[in-house]
Amino acid sequence: MNTATTTANGHSVGHDDHGHHPTGLMRWITTTNHKDIGTMYLWFSFAMFLVGGCMALTIRSELFQPGLQIVRPEFFNQLTTLHGLIMVFGAIMPAFVGFANWMLPLQIGASDMAFGRMNNLSFWLLPPAALLLTTSLFVPGGAAAAGWTLYPPLTIQLGMGMDMAIFAIHILGISSIMGSINIITTIFNLRAPGMTLMKMPLFCWTWLVTAFLIIAVMPVFAGAVTMLLTDRHFGTSFFSAAGGGDPVLYQHIFWFFGHPEVYIVIIPGFGIVSHVISTFSRKPLFGYASMVYAVAAIGILSFTVWAHHMYTTGMPVTAQLYFMYATMFIAVPTGVKIFNWTATMWRGSLSFETPMLFAIGFIFLFTIGGFSGLVLAMAAVDVQMQDTYYVVAHFHYTMVAGALFSAFAGAYYWLPKWTGHMYNEKLGQLHFWLTFIFFNMTFFVQHFLGLAGMPRRIPDYAVQFTDFNQISTIGAFGLGLSQLLFLYVVITCIKGGPKAPAKPWEGAEGLEWDVPSPAPYHTWEVQPIVK
Amino acid sequence: MLTQIANAAYQVNFQEPATKLAQTVYDLHMMMMYVCGAIFVGVFGVMFYSIVRHRKAPGRVAATFHENTTVEILWTVIPTIILLFIVWPVTKTVVAMRDATSADITIKATGYQWKWGYDYIKGEGEGIKFKSVLSTPREQIEGKAPKGEHYLLEVDNHVVVPVGKKIRILTTAEDVIHSWFVPAFAVKQDAIPGFIRDTSFRAEREGTFRGQCAELCGKDHGFMPIVVDVVSADKYSDWVAEQKTKMAAVADDPAKVWTMDELKTRGESVYAQNCAACHQPTGKGLPPAFPALDGSKIATGPKEGHLDRVLNGKAGTAMAAFGKQLSDVEIAAVVTYERNAWGNKVGDMVQPSEVKALRQ
Ligand code: HEM
Ligand SMILES: [Cu+2]
Repeated sequence: MNTATTTANGHSVGHDDHGHHPTGLMRWITTTNHKDIGTMYLWFSFAMFLVGGCMALTIRSELFQPGLQIVRPEFFNQLTTLHGLIMVFGAIMPAFVGFANWMLPLQIGASDMAFGRMNNLSFWLLPPAALLLTTSLFVPGGAAAAGWTLYPPLTIQLGMGMDMAIFAIHILGISSIMGSINIITTIFNLRAPGMTLMKMPLFCWTWLVTAFLIIAVMPVFAGAVTMLLTDRHFGTSFFSAAGGGDPVLYQHIFWFFGHPEVYIVIIPGFGIVSHVISTFSRKPLFGYASMVYAVAAIGILSFTVWAHHMYTTGMPVTAQLYFMYATMFIAVPTGVKIFNWTATMWRGSLSFETPMLFAIGFIFLFTIGGFSGLVLAMAAVDVQMQDTYYVVAHFHYTMVAGALFSAFAGAYYWLPKWTGHMYNEKLGQLHFWLTFIFFNMTFFVQHFLGLAGMPRRIPDYAVQFTDFNQISTIGAFGLGLSQLLFLYVVITCIKGGPKAPAKPWEGAEGLEWDVPSPAPYHTWEVQPIVK
Repeated sequence: MLTQIANAAYQVNFQEPATKLAQTVYDLHMMMMYVCGAIFVGVFGVMFYSIVRHRKAPGRVAATFHENTTVEILWTVIPTIILLFIVWPVTKTVVAMRDATSADITIKATGYQWKWGYDYIKGEGEGIKFKSVLSTPREQIEGKAPKGEHYLLEVDNHVVVPVGKKIRILTTAEDVIHSWFVPAFAVKQDAIPGFIRDTSFRAEREGTFRGQCAELCGKDHGFMPIVVDVVSADKYSDWVAEQKTKMAAVADDPAKVWTMDELKTRGESVYAQNCAACHQPTGKGLPPAFPALDGSKIATGPKEGHLDRVLNGKAGTAMAAFGKQLSDVEIAAVVTYERNAWGNKVGDMVQPSEVKALRQ
């Protein structure tokens, strides 16, 4: 452990006495400081968000009208695949790891993450993986073109872009497993005296559950793509019936990873939203304990429902029924969380700064996503919806309105702590409203497209789907452009703006508000004590 | 043109059901919408009440309560009970849906990159088989001609079935996973290479019903529609008779020796249906994923190599083994065509008997 350790009287000892502190570029490359690493994660994730967003806009441009106008079908498939992979693994997951790096030590009163060097490594694994994914567009045969789910036997047909994607997934997996080990160790070992697990801020709890999920399922995914790799190059036939394998086996393995994965991208957001709602309601979170149990229950249940993505593969009717019941049951703990947030706002003293707007937007839209999930859970109905635009709408309501909105809520909430300045509140609110309106314009109409039978992952469609596709495309451009406003707000906030006090939000609770804003490079040299 | 068709476009729910099961699915969906709608109004009614009435204002003091075991138990138990009520009708539907027994007619649907093959294997019409390929002209797709009414939802050969009879569909695939999806029947079943799965439907009314492949199956995934004509029992019998005569007429005499011109003409149509999707009508392909045939080493080299590639495909690429899909005559014709079309001027030809010999 290379972080500064603190003696009882507060003197700092360790490698980072100010004299030998690397500056300039080397500061970032070699840093073991959780705040530097958190910042790098956040910037990386935003950059990837823009890259994946440009791909989405290209897809949507092609879909503005029926007919092929802008891209060829095979390139279209490459774009959908990379858009999905990049958004999930490059944008959302790193964003939350960035939040974890920045905030966990501050929230639990630790001076840094448990393993500084490993922390540095887990960040620096990301850029090569991102490079592999994006440059695969330009190799012979192009990028992987089988959707982010990478189902064989289609993936067996693809060119070297597919191998690059597999390699990238291995690297990303290693990175997130190391990150998770770091988070778990930090939470278990470095909490301030007096901070019992049940006193821990909810964001720490949600990350604790998430980190366990990551450690449990990333190796599963790595295994699945490794089997793909050997099927492609070394003559095995795990997924080929001709050689005694089974293409559906891949789907089972993939979704055993993939379903918990969709909770991995949302659970940390639950934590952030809980803080924000309670802060701006000026009331303690309602049902802290049941929140913790609900998150844990959702985490555990997420392992038991994977085949609800596979109702049309022809599994036995008993299996279909089991997966349907289990899936519907997840609605109960999810409902408990929504009710708790509502009760937190009830009879509070509410104000609506940008983080609060994003948090309320989150609850509202995520609930819609939850309802469409309930519709999809009914196996008989899912047969109509599976692989149509209804599913695209559903998962964007959970991943964009869920994960992304909570990430924005968190970003605005903690920006003063990170930068020492207040962001421009007016522009922040404008960013929210633009995002909210254009988001619904983009994705709400896709429910209708799916109900009417438009399959997903198609570059061209029948004319009766035209109108809603045009609305969706216009919305997507609005949504994409609005994010540049966010970039502007963040940059101006870093550069200046009104000085932020240590605790800029009246109702905020928690150790992170005891340190000055911006949080000094080394905090908690004297461990705080929690009563 | 566009707006004219688009008038019918504001469809915000399922297509009109054509089977009892599809109607049940429709009703289940509506029931769920009402349940969700009610919960939504309840929860967000409370939340918006707070947003309006409990906003920060001079003199407003926030309450401090932060738990209440009774309500927490209540709002765990009540949703559970609601779910139990929903589960019962859905369970019945799922069970009914998965029952494909005692069918009147059994049809095998095989997914290929990128077309469907149909074999009527049991019941009236047994023995009929055909391929069903997208028939929307390329010019419409590329925007060089106005789009027709059933743009992308039309094929050369429709599946025809009698109304009111239970039809069992067996699905399988030759290359990658496809999915046989006809919304009005509430039928979607993956077609998995090496495995056979089944589903069924009993159409309640006559008409033409259109769907599309619903599993990403490569480049032309968006271009493999499914069209089913539901007709009266009489019309169906007529269709069966007509198909049988047609099949007898086109059945190729295996002993016949073909001329170059005959082979080239036949080959051109086989090429258009099976090869042009990847290698393009011009033979230029889409390199590097789909190599050009015009001037290719294989198409201008020894004909054994060329035949081998067409019969057996190339593992690990989208080049299928057409030996299983096409007859000896079709293979002989298409190989001959490829060797003599565009800039290829090899000048030799392949007879069906040579293909037959190679298959052994
Ligand atoms: C401006 C915002 C976005 C737009 C306009 C957009 C649009 C799209 C479109 C058009 C598709 C293709 C759907 C299909 O044909 O299957 C898609 C797929 C997908 N998107 Fe997004 N998206 C956006 C943001 C996001 C974000 C933030 C995430 C993740 C957190 C995300 C995750 C996915 C995933 C996982 C897929 C599935 C890819 C696949 O089919 O393999 N998207 N998106
Ligand atoms: Cu297909």
